[in-house]
Amino acid sequence: MSVHPQNPKSTNAKRKFPRSMMAIGLALFSATTIASAHASDAVVNVYSYRQAFLIDPLVKAYEQKTGANVKVVFAKKGLLQRLQSEGMNSPADVVLTADINQMAEFEAENLLQPINSATITANIPAQYRAPDGMWTGLTMRARALYTSKTRVKPGEVTTYEDLAKPHMKGRVCTRSGKHPYNVSLLASVITAKGEKDAEVWLRGVKDNLARRPQGNDRAQVKAVMEGECDVAVGNSYYFGMMSTNDKKPEQKEWAAAVNIIFPNQDDRGTHVNVSAAAITKSAKHYAEAVKFLEFLSSDEAQGIYAASNFEYPLKEGVALDPLVASWGMFKADDRNLSEIVGAHTTATKMMDTVGFDH
Amino acid sequence: MPHTVASPGPTSATRRFTLPTIDVWAVGTLAVAVAVAMPILWVLGLALTPSGDIWQHLVDTILGRLVWNTVLLMVGVGVGTFVIGTGTAWIVTMCRFPGRRIFEWALLIPMAVPAYVIAYVYTDLLEYSGPIQGLIRDVFGFETRHDYAFFEIRSLGGAITMMTLVLYPYVYLLARAAFLEQSVCVLEASRTLGKGPWTSFFKVALPLARPSIAVGVSLVMMETLNDFGTVDFFAVPTFTAGIFDVWLNMNSPSGAAQLASMLLMFVIVLVGLERYGRRKQKFHHTSTHVRALPGFQLSAPVATLAFIACALPVTLGFIVPAWVLGMYATDFYQDTLDADFWTFTGHSLMLSGFAALIAIVLGVFLAYSLRLGQTSWVRTLTRLAALGYAVPGAVLAIGILMYLGWLDNTIDGWSRETFGVSTGLIFSGTVIAVTFGYVVRFLSLSFGSAEAGLSKITANMDGAARTLGAGPMSTLKRVHLPMMQGSIMTAALLVFVDCMKELPMTVILRPFDFETLATFVHQYASDELLPEASLAALTIVGAGIIPVILLSLTIARARAGHTGQGQAAQTTEPALIDLEEVAP
Repeated sequence: MSVHPQNPKSTNAKRKFPRSMMAIGLALFSATTIASAHASDAVVNVYSYRQAFLIDPLVKAYEQKTGANVKVVFAKKGLLQRLQSEGMNSPADVVLTADINQMAEFEAENLLQPINSATITANIPAQYRAPDGMWTGLTMRARALYTSKTRVKPGEVTTYEDLAKPHMKGRVCTRSGKHPYNVSLLASVITAKGEKDAEVWLRGVKDNLARRPQGNDRAQVKAVMEGECDVAVGNSYYFGMMSTNDKKPEQKEWAAAVNIIFPNQDDRGTHVNVSAAAITKSAKHYAEAVKFLEFLSSDEAQGIYAASNFEYPLKEGVALDPLVASWGMFKADDRNLSEIVGAHTTATKMMDTVGFDH
Repeated sequence: MPHTVASPGPTSATRRFTLPTIDVWAVGTLAVAVAVAMPILWVLGLALTPSGDIWQHLVDTILGRLVWNTVLLMVGVGVGTFVIGTGTAWIVTMCRFPGRRIFEWALLIPMAVPAYVIAYVYTDLLEYSGPIQGLIRDVFGFETRHDYAFFEIRSLGGAITMMTLVLYPYVYLLARAAFLEQSVCVLEASRTLGKGPWTSFFKVALPLARPSIAVGVSLVMMETLNDFGTVDFFAVPTFTAGIFDVWLNMNSPSGAAQLASMLLMFVIVLVGLERYGRRKQKFHHTSTHVRALPGFQLSAPVATLAFIACALPVTLGFIVPAWVLGMYATDFYQDTLDADFWTFTGHSLMLSGFAALIAIVLGVFLAYSLRLGQTSWVRTLTRLAALGYAVPGAVLAIGILMYLGWLDNTIDGWSRETFGVSTGLIFSGTVIAVTFGYVVRFLSLSFGSAEAGLSKITANMDGAARTLGAGPMSTLKRVHLPMMQGSIMTAALLVFVDCMKELPMTVILRPFDFETLATFVHQYASDELLPEASLAALTIVGAGIIPVILLSLTIARARAGHTGQGQAAQTTEPALIDLEEVAP
């Protein structure tokens, strides 16, 4: 604001700037400056697309072990945009995503820096890490099918392609097509069968939906139990979480009503995705961030992932949770994840073209 | 506004220093207007930057659907609120039936419920796994969805119904005030000339009240455009939903800004409609003869119908959702408390209170500055800046995030270069960003109230005060502020409650480890956890009821007074002012 010299002609509207207002202004200003002051160095700030309760056990274990202070900020959407607008001043050191495409976007927007760690290279197999070291996968999950125990005959649904076949008319439930999990699934179909066939498939699935895409993965299983549909698409770990949910025992009933099916066992395998981690370009605590990621790839953390989240650990030699193991081994569609990343934009747009959600 | 210059100018004996004197009013008005207009300008600027092939993709795929759904939603909610609002207003104003006095204020209460909250509640009740359909299946022995037909609540029709149920009070309030204002003479003339009550309503009363109703409906439509929570939850592809999708899922800020600019065109049409409505208002006082409306005594069957017509919107819009939330809350309040309820409540109260305070200070400042007289272009700019409530939160959110991000990094870059010191992020990701958003959006409420309050104070007061030697600031402090205390308090309350309910901007602009009641309810409800968040939802509704009670009291007073001629004109006025400003 510019400061004007006094104009003697119009005494009406002109007054001296009240000192009280200036005092308030200064007070507010200094308050914000203090609020934005940097914290100490034993800190890792995490922007996470993974829900807080999934990360909590790992964070607690790490904090106990090292005495570091890990601050996790969770959001479903918008972390990338936030990181972009914050630029070099972003407080975030680490990004955690629940999907490979989410991570690929961070890389595409040039928001990451390489993770220099021999430990991580040793712990995580190469196909689950970015070739340029920009990110690493931490856990694997399958995009499974949940079929009604009573209304779906064995062998009736064994592939993703079956979801688009006429006999599934009005029997399929899924969450929004724009959700990253479904976009990645479509991207995997695009890379396997080509754009044209993938679109035909997507239209077929849409025509077979029992209801407009809505709710989360668990809600689809609930819908199967209640008879709203017969087959649901959902991530594998939800089966474990629902089966063991003592806090909400009704979810055990949902899980008990369905079989988990790992599709496409006779051809390319079940679509799998990884939860991934990366270090931001603007990280203020790079060394701490690397240490934190190394921990996440360690036997201990991978064990926690397996036991409390029912995911598939990526580090070799870490045991599956017995419940997960009881679902049986399955053939994963383990083409390089970067293929799926490459088809991501096409997949997002195809969801619009087909109008999957509407 | 940190002024650091303290030059030792002409000093009096009692003052140790003085600041360089500036024209606080003109410069301040300009500064506020520019700051408030900035987010919108930023969006328009961003829309001009290339968005790759996103725009073509939108045109090819979803744009038509967005326009069509947005128009349908607006028309649907507009018609719905018009019918319910005007109908109930007419019934309670002109007819006599049991319960009328209760309905006069009770019809306002659904206004306290945010549209997204009612949407969550009815989805829980009416979806396939909800109690109603469950009961139907149990009673008739149905097994699956294919055995019977039931409407899908998560749909455009569902969204129209939800928004209509909580937005009709805007139309009701304005229509009722207009009906009360009408001279009974014109109605008597109509009846004398042989027209029945229905014809009199359609041919005389309704056309006379049209301007007020148009204002009410355009306010409702602005609210509809702003809605994010409901359309997001129901997956109805409207502009607001599309903006979020393009921005966050396709990561194209410029594509989102292009959509937002298109949305602004809708807003301009609405503002035009609203202005048009107000303009005509001046013409409809055809007679100064105002006395108590006679009231049609309804026969028992008709009275029953009237009772039902009034009871239904209140029941569906408030009683059912409040009851369901109450039931959930008694079972699950512990979960809400465990989820850090008090922290969220503290955040909501702090943000809303802070925003209300700033909005009031700035609103009074702007209104008083205009009263003191400013050049015409400053006036125009001020009026433009006060249009914030018409601009959907999603649009403002994009503008603010981008603008503040740029500002922060510019300041930081400059400071690094000049002093070698990083200032870090001063605005983005702090409560300042979200408070700024609230103030931009709700400044119109406080500005409008302050202007209305000031307009009732005769200019002779200013003259007298100034003749006695008081400057403008001291006149404002000692004369005007005490006289307009009432409207200021109301405005502060309205801004406060609107901030408590606000969702789209809060979601985007809040600091990241920072939940408010609204974002908490939104997050839980979209994860199928409404019961666990019910206490928080109830708290928002509870806060919303406070201004509704105040409005109800105004209405009660208006009713008591509308026998006296002069009084009638005066007592209906506050209600009218309030509503034009009630834009959550």
